Amino acid sequence: MSLFSKKNKEIFLGPLSKNNPVIVQVLGICSALAVTAKLEPALVMSLSVTAVLAFANVIISLLRNTIPNRIRIIVQLVVVAALVIIVDQVLKAFAYDVSKQLSVFVGLIITNCILMGRLEAFALGNGPWESFLDGVGNGIGYSIILIIVAFFRELLGSGTLFGFQVVPQFLYDMGYQNNGLMILPPMALITVGCIIWFQRARNKDLQEK
Amino acid sequence: MKALRNYLDKIKPNFQEGGKLSMFHSVFDGFETFLFTPSTTSKTGVHIHDSIDSKRTMSVVILALLPALLFGMYNVGYQHYLAVGQLDATSFLTVFMFGFLAVLPKIVVSYGVGLGIEFVVAQWKKHEIQEGFLVSGMLIPMIVPIDTPLWMIAVATAFAVIFAKEIFGGTGMNIFNVALITRAFLFFAYPSMMSGDKVFVRTGDTFGMGAGTIVDGYSGATPLGQIATAADPSVAVVDVLGNPIGTWDYFVGLIPGSIGETSTLAILIGAVILLWTGIASWKTMGSVFIGGAFIVAIFNAFGGSAALETSVWDHLFLGGFAFGAVFMATDPVTSARTETGKYIYGFLVGVIAMLVRVVNPGYPEGMMLAILFMNVFAPLIDYIVVDANIKKRLKRAKVTKA
Repeated sequence: MSLFSKKNKEIFLGPLSKNNPVIVQVLGICSALAVTAKLEPALVMSLSVTAVLAFANVIISLLRNTIPNRIRIIVQLVVVAALVIIVDQVLKAFAYDVSKQLSVFVGLIITNCILMGRLEAFALGNGPWESFLDGVGNGIGYSIILIIVAFFRELLGSGTLFGFQVVPQFLYDMGYQNNGLMILPPMALITVGCIIWFQRARNKDLQEK
Repeated sequence: MKALRNYLDKIKPNFQEGGKLSMFHSVFDGFETFLFTPSTTSKTGVHIHDSIDSKRTMSVVILALLPALLFGMYNVGYQHYLAVGQLDATSFLTVFMFGFLAVLPKIVVSYGVGLGIEFVVAQWKKHEIQEGFLVSGMLIPMIVPIDTPLWMIAVATAFAVIFAKEIFGGTGMNIFNVALITRAFLFFAYPSMMSGDKVFVRTGDTFGMGAGTIVDGYSGATPLGQIATAADPSVAVVDVLGNPIGTWDYFVGLIPGSIGETSTLAILIGAVILLWTGIASWKTMGSVFIGGAFIVAIFNAFGGSAALETSVWDHLFLGGFAFGAVFMATDPVTSARTETGKYIYGFLVGVIAMLVRVVNPGYPEGMMLAILFMNVFAPLIDYIVVDANIKKRLKRAKVTKA
């Protein structure tokens, strides 16, 4: 079996759109709301989740035949927790400011439904390479949504992108103001809702009857 | 009247299937049914046809809003000329014209944006144009401060019409009061333009009219703003020039505040129209006032701060309480529909509005939040009332069986 067979491509590309963990399966919404007020923390959070998801998937997939079925959730949690702690420590060492902004949400990756969902649904039944692809695919699917949401929230809420001023000063002089509501969590939910709306309008097969 | 009817009949074929303007048929239909009660009736079954339909209902509400709107316009001018110290030298008509010119753009923007979206959606979904926005579009300019920029009103109106109304299925399906969602959007998105003591009195000119410099000792704080920030429980509330004002001024309404909400007197005229025509429910309206009075009486018994010690009448007359009670809590779509439910709904609106106003230090006024909050609970109240009734009757049925 080749590394990039049709099936593997499907595993990798599915979560990007048709089977997106956030906007189709509606998992991991909490963190999508909490860290998307600015692009930078959203990007760091996306990378962290993708890394944890990919490696947790691989490790669980390798262990899948030795894990006793009754305690599999605990084993999964231990693996995820270990990876999350590593990520957290790396962030504290190399990106302290962002780590402070993300505060507890890096630690809370452990409770992210996407992780447990992929481990249970995919890694326990598939080989390490497929699991790795699945983890990266889902991680990127999550990241796309986070970054789109954060883009609009930061642009409209703070007038900046990655901390750089993009809304020109003359607009402010003319009376433009940043929209404070975009910084608040409700608008993250509404933005995610709009993306779901857009996605379903384009993909008729996702629409419920 | 006859000529108008004939004209409509003459241009009608253009808008029907196959006509050259058929894509605008819903626009035409909307105007036609607005001008003349449609004569179409149901073909099957027996129905009682009331001559008042929702377009006529909305027109009565607009009529009821007019006293508050006209007073609001006058008050805008009054506060402005008071602030620039030219009130005595200015005629009644000039004062009113100033306010009229200041408020008119807001009404135009609110209707333009809201009806624009309604028309597009109606055309797109091949609906009839619905009339719900007729009232919302008039309420929106009346519940914002006079210095709210027009583009903010446009953005907020668009947001509210799309996300609070069209998404839920249009007129009659919305969970939240559309006008209040507009205000809530403005309140949370642009807090500096929606509260504080800079926005409630227009100090600049309007289209070059009424220019002048602000007199010394001016302060644009609303009475509720003064009460909320007062350190001393026995605060003396003052007008924009520092003269003390009292309950009678709150009732008449020549005080700073959002455009349509200041005059309890003008609002009561509207309330009489609504109650007399039977459009609004006296149960909801009355119980809002009772709920507010009830909780303020309790606050008065405790005392301890300016807001807690303000009398019942003052609290009922100040801020948006009366306006919300008369025009927004009674919205037939978003309030409770069962008769018992109306009492509960109204009472809780009154209680929560006063709780937010008095106990929460962040918000000097709580009517908007109270009504939106109770909008969420209205279906639950109805459910409980209906359920309780079913249980009661079941019990009675069992007793007779035994």
